Amino acid sequence: MSTLHTLSVLVEDRPGVLTRVAGLFAARGFNIDSLAVGPTERAGLSRMTIVVTVDKKPLEQITKQLNKLINVIKILEHEPADTVERELMLVKVRAEGEARARVLEFCQVFRVRVSDATHQTLTIEATGSPDKLSALLELLGDFGIVELARTGRIALTRGNRGIRERTLRSAKAAGGEDAWDGGGV
Amino acid sequence: MKVTGAQALFKSLEGEGVDIVFGIPGGAILPAYDPLLDSSVRHVLCRHEQGAGHAAEGYAWATGKVGVAMATSGPGGCNLVTALADAKMDSVPMVAITGQVPTPVVGNDAFQEADITGITMPVTKHNMLVTDPGDVAETIREAFHIARTGRPGPVLVDLPKDVLVNETTWKWPDSVSLPGYKPTTKGNMRQISEAAKLIMRAKRPVLYVGGGVIKAEATKELYKLATAAQLPVVTTLMARGAFPDSHELCLGMPGMHGNYTAVTAMQKSDLLIALGARFDDRVTGKLDAFAPDATVIHVDIDPAEIGKNRVVEVPIVGDCKDVIGKLANELGKRQDEAGGVPDRKVWLGQLDTWKTTYPYRYDQQSDGPLKPQFCIERLYEAAGSDTIVVSGVGQHQMWASQFWHFEKPRHWINSGGLGTMGFAVPAALGAAAGQPDKRVIAIDGDGCFQMTAQELATSTTENIPFITAIINNAYLGMVRQWQELFYKERYSQVYLSYDTPDYVKLAEAYGCVGLRAEHADEVDTVIEKALSITDRSVVIDFRVDSNEMCFPMVPAGASNDEIITGPEGLKRADDPAEAPIA
Repeated sequence: MSTLHTLSVLVEDRPGVLTRVAGLFAARGFNIDSLAVGPTERAGLSRMTIVVTVDKKPLEQITKQLNKLINVIKILEHEPADTVERELMLVKVRAEGEARARVLEFCQVFRVRVSDATHQTLTIEATGSPDKLSALLELLGDFGIVELARTGRIALTRGNRGIRERTLRSAKAAGGEDAWDGGGV
Repeated sequence: MKVTGAQALFKSLEGEGVDIVFGIPGGAILPAYDPLLDSSVRHVLCRHEQGAGHAAEGYAWATGKVGVAMATSGPGGCNLVTALADAKMDSVPMVAITGQVPTPVVGNDAFQEADITGITMPVTKHNMLVTDPGDVAETIREAFHIARTGRPGPVLVDLPKDVLVNETTWKWPDSVSLPGYKPTTKGNMRQISEAAKLIMRAKRPVLYVGGGVIKAEATKELYKLATAAQLPVVTTLMARGAFPDSHELCLGMPGMHGNYTAVTAMQKSDLLIALGARFDDRVTGKLDAFAPDATVIHVDIDPAEIGKNRVVEVPIVGDCKDVIGKLANELGKRQDEAGGVPDRKVWLGQLDTWKTTYPYRYDQQSDGPLKPQFCIERLYEAAGSDTIVVSGVGQHQMWASQFWHFEKPRHWINSGGLGTMGFAVPAALGAAAGQPDKRVIAIDGDGCFQMTAQELATSTTENIPFITAIINNAYLGMVRQWQELFYKERYSQVYLSYDTPDYVKLAEAYGCVGLRAEHADEVDTVIEKALSITDRSVVIDFRVDSNEMCFPMVPAGASNDEIITGPEGLKRADDPAEAPIA
């Protein structure tokens, strides 16, 4: 059964790396639900957070193939219960007359901010778990959404350790002690 | 010391021990061709970049070293794409060096500009665009390291013209630093021990040997493992010669046109020990019907191959040389403790029975049409197993693999995974350049030959002689075979003709000797003549029976249990809709 998986991929910050990663998903026939890229705590390294809907077995194949890319340093598949996941959303919603007060009320309930306002619309800046954003969006949909932008989710594992100190979950199964650490074939 | 980027390129190639590059100059790569004149590196001027690419592959197959191809920007690089894809599929260590338009105009649709790193991303192991002459040495060093280590493969380095022209301070890097590239070479002892335990218990084990064993130079270890533990061996199309065909434990090639014994041994096996093989669809047939009773041990340096197609009970990531060596030792210890090799007389006896009952066969009538298998058998009898044999793709490739006897590694070169028609002539050129003391014979099809025959000119002008035996059946034979079997003999676009071109005249035009045999009684004379010529290339036109089909055969998409050993077992499809899809 296909389920949503969140991968954090630590890559060298070099030209073309995004193309290599995205190209690999396309070439093997996988759809990326969301993709977010940015710098990390260490200069020269970028972090990609990739959300993909896929079965367990093809997911294993795609992570193994990703590991073979020379510029990929490490991959972590997030355990939902053990992960902090956030996404930023900007949404411009119609808010005239009576609707305006109700939109502002929802903003309060969801603890999100209004970043821009006109007589006809409000632009709302919302951060949170993907579930929270979806719930808010559903409510705002009643008023009429003019424009929507979402960053795609980013994720960190709970606890003390960082991604560079972790190995992929399925590492032990491959038989190579450190088959996944550093990756590459 | 100040050097130009182009000088740095050749100093780097020399630093990597490169003796030959195959290439063609052009606008953007021009600056590199000047310091070439002062370099110890020999450049073989090919007639087409695809030829240069396959020649680099042939060189790599024959020598185990990294093959190098050079081309200019745009069309030059684009023409290398097929060879790169071929090298990627067959894990051939190769470095391609391409010129690029100057950095200020990259992205401007300049003359002969193509985004070659973008184009070749999916068909290379890695590629890099160099933007500073100071990075040339480091990049070349990294490219060779990536190409030859781990699972080998092609790497492309793109060099803009200004990077070749501008100066930098020469520095050869002491080491390579690639934080994201650390292939696992040492096998896990616990897993190896588990594998040994399973082998001790197995009643019907088979060693399923793939090209990785040759890449890892692990054939001695394989021989020790197979003979000391009495384990029968199948060698895939990529691994012919990894284990001697003449050995009683050798069952030959498995797969779609493989030996009945090799195919059936795997089907009936209770333990498959896959070594540097990847459960390719041409080997497994219908995947869920493949070796249904077998437990699987899979040794591969590429973790992505393990479990990709077949569930594996004992996965071992590592270099075949390391793992097979350790496995042989571990097994030796266990056999000593148990007081000898487990008794597998019944299994080995069964295999012998199949070998005797179902050998490869064909029927050459003395006055009948010339059979392709006969030509190849006679060629082998005359040339012997010290010859390097290169083939293209199709019926002739399968016959060559079936009827030649391979006794050692790196004596069989062909295009396996990608199935690149036109591979043989340029790859034979590369093999002959890399192994000048060896006799090289390309066994080619008439369709394949016409795709890259221009490299015969390279062979003549560069004095790199080899023999090409064209198995000329006047057709795109493998496609014809499928149309005969699955499309009611409705032959569509497969007829090429025996005599256009006239292969003897064509050979002569290229400065080679052209010979022809049309009847069985001419074959030996022609072969003897061809083998006597060593100062130039020879082309033999074997005009063979168009109707001959390639057997055994497992129809694509069918279970390997449905193997057909000869024409009498055929069921022709009544409806093209029943034609196999895979």
